[in-house]
Amino acid sequence: MQEYFIIIVSAVLINNIVLSQFLGICPFLGVSKKLSASIGMGGAVSFVLVLSGALTWLVQTYLLTPFKIGYLQTLAFILIIASLVQFVEMVLKKYSPTLYKALGIYLPLITTNCAVLGVAIINIQKEYTLGKVLVHSLSHAAGFTLALVLMSGIRERLEDADIPESMQGTPIALVTAALMSMAFLGFSGLI
Amino acid sequence: MLIAVLSLAGLGAIFGIILGVAAKKFAVETDPRVDELIKVMPGANCGSCGMPGCAAFAEALVEETVKPSACAPGGASLYEKIAAILGTEQSDYQERQVAQLLCQGGVGHSKQIFRYVGIKDCHAALASFKGQKACNFGCVMQGSCSKACPFGAIQMGADGLPVVDYYLCTGCNKCVVECPQQILKLVGVSHLAHVRCVNTEKGKDAKANCSVACIKCKICEKNCPVDAVHVIPAGDGTVALIDYEKCTNCGVCAAKCPTKAIEMIAPLSEEVVLELGEQPPTGCPQCGACNVS
Repeated sequence: MQEYFIIIVSAVLINNIVLSQFLGICPFLGVSKKLSASIGMGGAVSFVLVLSGALTWLVQTYLLTPFKIGYLQTLAFILIIASLVQFVEMVLKKYSPTLYKALGIYLPLITTNCAVLGVAIINIQKEYTLGKVLVHSLSHAAGFTLALVLMSGIRERLEDADIPESMQGTPIALVTAALMSMAFLGFSGLI
Repeated sequence: MLIAVLSLAGLGAIFGIILGVAAKKFAVETDPRVDELIKVMPGANCGSCGMPGCAAFAEALVEETVKPSACAPGGASLYEKIAAILGTEQSDYQERQVAQLLCQGGVGHSKQIFRYVGIKDCHAALASFKGQKACNFGCVMQGSCSKACPFGAIQMGADGLPVVDYYLCTGCNKCVVECPQQILKLVGVSHLAHVRCVNTEKGKDAKANCSVACIKCKICEKNCPVDAVHVIPAGDGTVALIDYEKCTNCGVCAAKCPTKAIEMIAPLSEEVVLELGEQPPTGCPQCGACNVS
């Protein structure tokens, strides 16, 4: 039980996928303009992350390792992630066209979201069991969503702020991201 | 080697089948007309229709919540194409509109009471003694309309007044909104006679400040064969105004006007009346519609 707790705290706060490992920066900056869209993106990424985490683990354990074709790991994982993203896109288009529109190009971009592939590979590297893989993926997804939601909350306030013209838009977003990253550094002594 | 190929091919096949089934199950029925409409749109995403971009406008067209004529840059040729795709009668044909400047008081015509050297912005210029001109109605010549134009259709002329390029102007209304003097007006391109003065002061005062002002002499009113131009009350006084519904472009008013405040412009070629002349020089017209959503 303690082990699972450590995995959760470590993944959400200490090794936050965006703010400490700098994976998945693209949607972090791209979809964090509005709170509603960022929650939707967090949900979509979480779904893909957990499902791909489990599937990649299964493929690694029952296909790649027994047949000694571990060198195909990246190829196989990308195949799984791409298919999952396609699936999520179809479901969203059918059941939530508004969210589908708000996410725009960033939805297909989950395919190349390094956070998803990164978590899948970390799962294998740390030699987790399936249970731990699920918890680990879910906590990283939660960490991603947390970072995204925090960022969008700040950026919604920045909309009203009086920012010098040269700093408006992406520059101030990057500065904000840097400050948040430094703030999350404070969690490093937690465990 | 064989195992590697087979296992990856197997994975691919399994996911392919799953996605194929899902595509059938989660298929969203879209109106094919929307895609066709998006193809014929001007594609500038200028937002003058009130929708966030051309794609949203195309969807609204299919739902029949907007009229084709809401798209100002499209022009008549677009309305024809839309009507063909939607299979509707082209009932609300609207002529292409272009911006007309209602002032001719450039340097040399209009009396200046001081030299303005402040910020190059009409709003700022107006804040100091209502502009540098003796006439308080006309153009303040700082080029706010030119900056506001997303299509580069307004350039500042040698006499200090903005010149509208009717071939580039799409009638998007941005300059009309921007002008603090409200002397830019959208008028159909087929109308050629324009009263280029909005000064409502008495004729004598107007004439003293500007050599091309409307002096309310009513000569145009008396000479118009179709009763289209009248000196009507406006603001604190009166000014000549042409009723474009009645005007037949005969040019009598412009010829008789003693101060040449009424101008007769050269007719534009038929193609220009119906078709958008050239595309804007850069792909993005910087209209800001993309920031709406």
